[in-house]
Amino acid sequence: MSSRDQILAAVKQHQPEASVLPSLEGLSGNMPGTLEAYRKVLEGLGGSLFEIKDESEIPALLAEHYPHLQRIIRVGDEQRAWINEDPHLLEDVDMAVVPGQWGVAENGAIWLTEAEIPVRVLPFICQHLAIVLPAGRLLPTMHEAYEKIGAPQTGFGVFIAGPSKTADIEQSLVLGAHGAKSLVVFITAG
Amino acid sequence: MKVGLFIPCYIDQFYPQVGIATLQLLQKLGCEVEFPQGQTCCGQPMANSGYEHLTHQCNSLFIKNFADYDYIVGPSGSCVLHIKDHLHDPAAETAATHIRERIYELTEFLTDVLKVEKLTARFPCKVGLHQSCHGQRGLALAQMSELVAAPFSKPEQLLRMVEGVELVPLDRQDECCGFGGTFCVTEEAVSVKMGKDRVADHVKHGAEVITGTDVSCLMHMEGILRRQHAGVKVMHIAEILNQNIHEQANS
Amino acid sequence: MNRQTADHATLADKFNEDEPRVDWHDQTLWWVRAKRDKMAWSIPEWEQLRETASAIKLNALGNLHDYLVQFEQQAIQNGAIVHWAADAEEHNQIVTGILKKHGVRHLVKSKSMLTEECHLNPHLMANGIEVIDTDLGERIVQLAKEPPSHIVLPCIHKKKEEIGELFHEHLGTPAGNADPQFLTAAARQHLRKEFLQAKAAITGVNFAVAETGEMVVCTNEGNADMGAHLADVHIACMGIEKIIPQRKHLGVFLRLLARSATGQPITTYSSHFRQPRPGQELHIVLVDNGRSRQLGREDFRNSLKCIRCGACMNTCPVYRRSGGHSYHTAVAGPIGAILAPNLDMKDYADLPFASTLCGSCSNVCPVKIDIHQQLYKWRQVLVKEGYTTAAKTASMKAMSGVLSTPAVYRTAGKMGRWVMRAFPGMVNNRLNPWYKQREMPAPPKQSFSQWYEKNKKS
Repeated sequence: MSSRDQILAAVKQHQPEASVLPSLEGLSGNMPGTLEAYRKVLEGLGGSLFEIKDESEIPALLAEHYPHLQRIIRVGDEQRAWINEDPHLLEDVDMAVVPGQWGVAENGAIWLTEAEIPVRVLPFICQHLAIVLPAGRLLPTMHEAYEKIGAPQTGFGVFIAGPSKTADIEQSLVLGAHGAKSLVVFITAG
Repeated sequence: MKVGLFIPCYIDQFYPQVGIATLQLLQKLGCEVEFPQGQTCCGQPMANSGYEHLTHQCNSLFIKNFADYDYIVGPSGSCVLHIKDHLHDPAAETAATHIRERIYELTEFLTDVLKVEKLTARFPCKVGLHQSCHGQRGLALAQMSELVAAPFSKPEQLLRMVEGVELVPLDRQDECCGFGGTFCVTEEAVSVKMGKDRVADHVKHGAEVITGTDVSCLMHMEGILRRQHAGVKVMHIAEILNQNIHEQANS
Repeated sequence: MNRQTADHATLADKFNEDEPRVDWHDQTLWWVRAKRDKMAWSIPEWEQLRETASAIKLNALGNLHDYLVQFEQQAIQNGAIVHWAADAEEHNQIVTGILKKHGVRHLVKSKSMLTEECHLNPHLMANGIEVIDTDLGERIVQLAKEPPSHIVLPCIHKKKEEIGELFHEHLGTPAGNADPQFLTAAARQHLRKEFLQAKAAITGVNFAVAETGEMVVCTNEGNADMGAHLADVHIACMGIEKIIPQRKHLGVFLRLLARSATGQPITTYSSHFRQPRPGQELHIVLVDNGRSRQLGREDFRNSLKCIRCGACMNTCPVYRRSGGHSYHTAVAGPIGAILAPNLDMKDYADLPFASTLCGSCSNVCPVKIDIHQQLYKWRQVLVKEGYTTAAKTASMKAMSGVLSTPAVYRTAGKMGRWVMRAFPGMVNNRLNPWYKQREMPAPPKQSFSQWYEKNKKS
């Protein structure tokens, strides 16, 4: 008997009587899905947030707050040669500006997928990350987020909440472990 | 209401004053109390060491001693919890069930059954309350710091009825003292370290007396305090709640 | 396997030789517990959330066979290659086989307690394959040639000065620099090189969804993603108990996991791997290694609900004062003490006794495992199965004998008190572990029962 069949047989023999799945109703309580709530959590995670009218304001804001950026990739740009590059070469990207699908106020997380970001490693390998999210896409908790996301449409998706970090050395919080050293979220009107 | 007084073995042998205070307090509150002679131990030391199968005779004895009472009350959360969770006897399961349902730790008996709302006791002293784990987490004598739930504390509720008691705050309101039954000798280093840390929290906040609902924890902390010549005393909560009577008896 | 003769008490005794260090270890972890409390209190529905998570896991255990089959089907449809390993050895062979097939001599690995449990690293090394742990804490203990001491905070036992030393020796940082910010930046540089070179990446799995065949991996550092998205081969290793039924259930677990673990609202990255990227190979290794056996133990099967948050370690007053290595197993602390005896009763017979049964672990557990009750039950099983000493059994039998007969108890008690009063030296000596650092109670003149006999007429 193969290990597969052996394992499955043992599991079948030993598993307890099946119980019903619980309802997920009421778990969100009265968590607010507001911009203020989202901003407070994001800033607590070391991220920053700008409210803007539309994406045209982004270059000026980046120039002001990140004066030393050399290589910037904006996923929405017409220039998309980077998509066909060896992803390893994205190592020198200073800033990636990527679109987010949904934001979660309770924990600061934003849902991104490879539908919008065709190179999976981009939001991780860049030195700094900017996510653009329309204000109307903020939700209170993870329960609403999974409701909106629904069944998977792509091969990869990720919730990102704040910059990469570690506290492995004596529990001292350090931003910038292996992923982006900083995260800025641009909330657009609508 | 006939109350059977359950005095755990180490109280009987080493802390008789706790048994006396418990008895006097219950009598003062109008209970008809009897102490069935022939008690030994609830069996917990064996059971917690993995030898529950050696507790059958302790169980039979316990049932023989306490089957006929309306309530069984003991001044130890730990021993009461053991009985509540583990008292069984195939030959007398109805009686065992009766006991498991009617056994109370002293403070919960006062607050929940007698519904005591005031006490004529006086104890002018800074007191640190040690929440013994089995009473607190096992019998729910007080809310547990881990849970997102409304606070309450039955022992504290009673101590607040005692004139002059000033309860000191603690940095860690319900951390274990490290007694843990045979753990106190099999894991001596960790047990003592836990005890030292618990004692230090009380001392740091100016406690003159450390009290609690379990003498086992208090005995462990007393052993550490005396080795440190700390000058802080331990007293079982029954001794404080019964303080006035003591003074009258002595005068 | 991590076979050694020293038991928890002995190793804990050694850990306690340096008391200021014990204080530091205790306070650092207590701080994490306090952060967890604060996060829990920020969600009024916290207890309902725990209850729900526990019920979902119970459902997953009750349908595990079907969910595993469903997960496998979905994963294959998604383009993954699924392997099944009955035990640690088979797991290691499968992983080595994949790496050898691709000619990989050098790979990166993000945190996976399963690979620790299976002792994968030594196996790979023996096969001439170099594995670099990329979680900062894991990399630190790897450089120190030690196992992790905590499942979430692998090097929580190490002081920054010691880490500075290690980095000086292995990564060439300046001697004496122990600044966490600086050391983290040095590790980032060092590990970026590894990520860019690695042909294969191993990751653990936090949750595997039966409905979709996807796997969720949670990290703060981004190391799982850096590894998996750059490598040609991604190997995800998971225990069969990681299965959850549906995608929407992730909402429940992701709300609980990081809040319980480190007091964060969520980890920085919660990555959902469903398909390999074009040109990549995705392997999933499903490992039993005793889990189906534990599933059959009615009293202990709930331990398989564990989501590896480590909250029970942070709150455990014994763990905080004995250190993770004193548990001599991959998963330390209270949860480790109920998992390990299932793997080997003889080797881990000491662990269920390394507890005061205070119950704090069960209260912080986000999936409501009755950990302290299982510790009690394991003690009964281990004694019944004979994993105890003859001396202990003899003393327990003697105690039981005394306590079973009131007349014998009264005589023994009288003798005991008389002995203590008359000859304190007989018990107050260094051979008595109580007396080593504690005074004995002052023996009273009479027992309560004697007093009662004299005074009951009042």
